[in-house]
Amino acid sequence: MPSPTIFPDTTTTEGFLLVLAIILPVTGILLSLVLGGRYVERIVLVVLPTGLGIAAAVFAAVWRGGHSLVYIVGGWKPPLGIALRADGISAAMMATTAVVICAVGLFARAEFGQPRGQPEARAPLAFWILLLSIWTGLNMVVLGDDLFNLYVALELLTFAAVPLVCLKGEQETLRAALRYLLFALLGSVFYLFGTALIYGAYGTLDIVLLSAQIRPERVTSIAVAMMTVGLLAKTALFPLHLWLPPAHAGAPAPGSAVLSALVVKGSFILIVRLWFDAMPGLSNFAGAQMLGTLGAAAILFGSVLALRQQRLKLLIAYSTIAQIGYLFFIFPLAAGSGAHEPWGSVAWTGGWLQLFSHAFAKAAMFMAAGLIAEALGHDRIADLGGAGRVLPITMFTFGLAGLSLMGVPPSGGFVAKWLLLVATVMEGQWWWAVVMLVGGLLAGGYVFMVLGKALGGASEPSKLCASVSSSREIVALTLALCAVLLGLVPLQPSELLQIGRP
Amino acid sequence: MNALTLFGLCGAALVGLGLFGLIVNPQPLRKILAFNLLGNGVFLLFGVVARRGAAAGLGGDPVPQALVITAIVVAFSATAMAVALLLRLFEETGQATLSSDDPQNADADGGRS
Repeated sequence: MPSPTIFPDTTTTEGFLLVLAIILPVTGILLSLVLGGRYVERIVLVVLPTGLGIAAAVFAAVWRGGHSLVYIVGGWKPPLGIALRADGISAAMMATTAVVICAVGLFARAEFGQPRGQPEARAPLAFWILLLSIWTGLNMVVLGDDLFNLYVALELLTFAAVPLVCLKGEQETLRAALRYLLFALLGSVFYLFGTALIYGAYGTLDIVLLSAQIRPERVTSIAVAMMTVGLLAKTALFPLHLWLPPAHAGAPAPGSAVLSALVVKGSFILIVRLWFDAMPGLSNFAGAQMLGTLGAAAILFGSVLALRQQRLKLLIAYSTIAQIGYLFFIFPLAAGSGAHEPWGSVAWTGGWLQLFSHAFAKAAMFMAAGLIAEALGHDRIADLGGAGRVLPITMFTFGLAGLSLMGVPPSGGFVAKWLLLVATVMEGQWWWAVVMLVGGLLAGGYVFMVLGKALGGASEPSKLCASVSSSREIVALTLALCAVLLGLVPLQPSELLQIGRP
Repeated sequence: MNALTLFGLCGAALVGLGLFGLIVNPQPLRKILAFNLLGNGVFLLFGVVARRGAAAGLGGDPVPQALVITAIVVAFSATAMAVALLLRLFEETGQATLSSDDPQNADADGGRS
């Protein structure tokens, strides 16, 4: 049995913060629906900073306390009741989510603001409500401790993400949204199937209780395989990535930033919880190698396709597929180490850092792409010449975010990829290192392809469609700087990411 | 063969049919229907789990039944959203397919599907 100090089965002192983190955005959504589009901006203006404060408080509490925060909903203990739990990973993910969502909120005010004295438009109301819904869904996914509760959270996340894709209402985006929804539905049914099998075999769905009694049986393998495949479809790992590029490229720029930076990570976190938390020590070599292989294929495939794109937003979307691939190296590299627990390994820290730095870098990159498209009126890479002259801050942002994707110091992406490379050497699985190095080169290729076009070109672009406010450029730059700052974390297994592990 | 096995087999058959339909059919509406078939197969599985886990004298374990009610609500909203998207797509393009061929071909198609 897990020791009581690590998994307290009563609500901890700061446990109420976890409930607040979920209830606050929901309250914002309900209020917006009741009061309508005129008030939604003011509501968001209150909810976003408050939510950021709550996330910071949870982060500080976990960091200082060194143990997970727990809230037992309604005083009913698992297995009958439901627990919310914030360990080190949840706290870090909550903080990342809050920062990115707040930045997106600041960035989107120009695009989805409701001008005074004009008739109320529908798109702004929809956008702000969807943004808050995504925040709710993500907080539920990182805090949930019950496999079925996590299913509901994941569905909430999907239902908020799909309409964001087709907010513009064009044919192509509608198709992309429908395709996304169909992939996500298939994934969720597979996940539900596995949940039913696990409940049938063990009589509980609580992750902590499961970890104590799970056995290497056939039904466990089938259930976990089904759930993993379902979650892979939602994470868009190769070869289940087909829905991602049109969906992420079709959404409005702030939407793309949230979708690419945060939403696909929600289902990834669930896969990690399933493999490392629910069945500690059971993850087998073959399964982990297979996930790693799919990740490697995603890196190569996504990067090569990114190089061949003609539209900037599609290029960035394909780069997301490649960067997701790196995350899956956690499975072979952290699970394989017999000497110490998976979360003490360098691969564990490297994988999570990759997730956080990619979240910041990709959000910044999509914002930069949105500003470029707004200023030039198009996002054809071939015609970007001179963009560096008119949008110097934005191109700088793009370049900084690109550093993190390539894995060039100083950046969070560098630390993440370096730690993963070290792990391949320590584990003796050199084949992943080859893929990572090639992937870095290819990423360099597509980032420089854009920068070369934008910074080259002697003349100014023929016409500017609109001028973009420098405050929005600075929001994007701040996110890119966050990705760079992550490069300052020490090159060793992080203490924070091990909090709340057995 | 007892009733429980029969239920389980029915669930398996529904899952198989639904999965086949979801993968093979190109039309989105049929895919949505196939998803519902697949989902119902999984719901039946929950019923089987509830009956098997029941203590002596009880008709069924209530927890899977509670889970299934939630899952049905989720599947219902998912279907509603998919159909709404499909209707909007039909309004915009005059056809309900996922293939994004260029408009000339689409017109020749005449809203098939």
